[in-house]
Amino acid sequence: MLSFLFWTFALVMIGFGAAVVINRNPIASALSLVVSFLGLSVLFVLLNAFFIGVIQVLVYAGAVMVLFLFIIMLLDLRAEKIRKINWLTFGGGVFVSLSLLIQILAVIGSTKMAKQPFPPLASPRMDDVRNVGLLLFENYNLPFQVIAVLVLVATIGVIVLSKRELR
Amino acid sequence: MITLGDYLIVSGILFVIGFAGVLLRRNIIIIFMALELMLNAANLSLVAFSRFRLGPDGLPDYNAQVLVFFVITVAAAEVAVGLAIIVALFRTRRTTHVEDINTLKF
Repeated sequence: MLSFLFWTFALVMIGFGAAVVINRNPIASALSLVVSFLGLSVLFVLLNAFFIGVIQVLVYAGAVMVLFLFIIMLLDLRAEKIRKINWLTFGGGVFVSLSLLIQILAVIGSTKMAKQPFPPLASPRMDDVRNVGLLLFENYNLPFQVIAVLVLVATIGVIVLSKRELR
Repeated sequence: MITLGDYLIVSGILFVIGFAGVLLRRNIIIIFMALELMLNAANLSLVAFSRFRLGPDGLPDYNAQVLVFFVITVAAAEVAVGLAIIVALFRTRRTTHVEDINTLKF
């Protein structure tokens, strides 16, 4: 049952991920990206990472994708016209991507650890949010606050960039 | 039976899709979405390793999940700044096609 769910949602995620790259219309790409992220969050839940799965839906499907769609509609982008493709660059890109894929598959295939199934958890009931939160505030308190400053800087930067007159 | 390798292969395929998108597409917004795909592929392998390597109390290794939390936060900030830059670029050049943006080209 679990493996059926895994393969279904892995295929959904990869299929719509490929649709992001293949689609010519930016809106269709953005909506495919939402479905791909939803499939990814199901995979997180299947790995017992409930908190990360919820955060994935909230941040990506909720905030980031709305931002993408908003910008696409603001810029009024249409489906791209077909341009002359530079076949040398195109072939080079396909070659590099395929060799990266082969490399990744070869490394995973030659790793002994990759052939083991996941060890069973001590108890099926786990306080996911509590454990992540404790670790976040006890061991990683400084990085957490640095991230807070980073988000503040990003907010101010976006406001400055969006002003019409840059002085 | 699902093994660690299955998750890693799915994550690797998603990463390659994002990588190919960055290399092959010429629309800067699509390139940005492909970047997000690559970040998420890395997150998936991190969570898979966290579930694979149990701590002494038999629970997943939560250090990896904290790292994923940080990656998601930084990615959200990066999307906001990147899209603001794209809007500023579109205002001056009226295009999102990367081959039309060639001022620095030799």
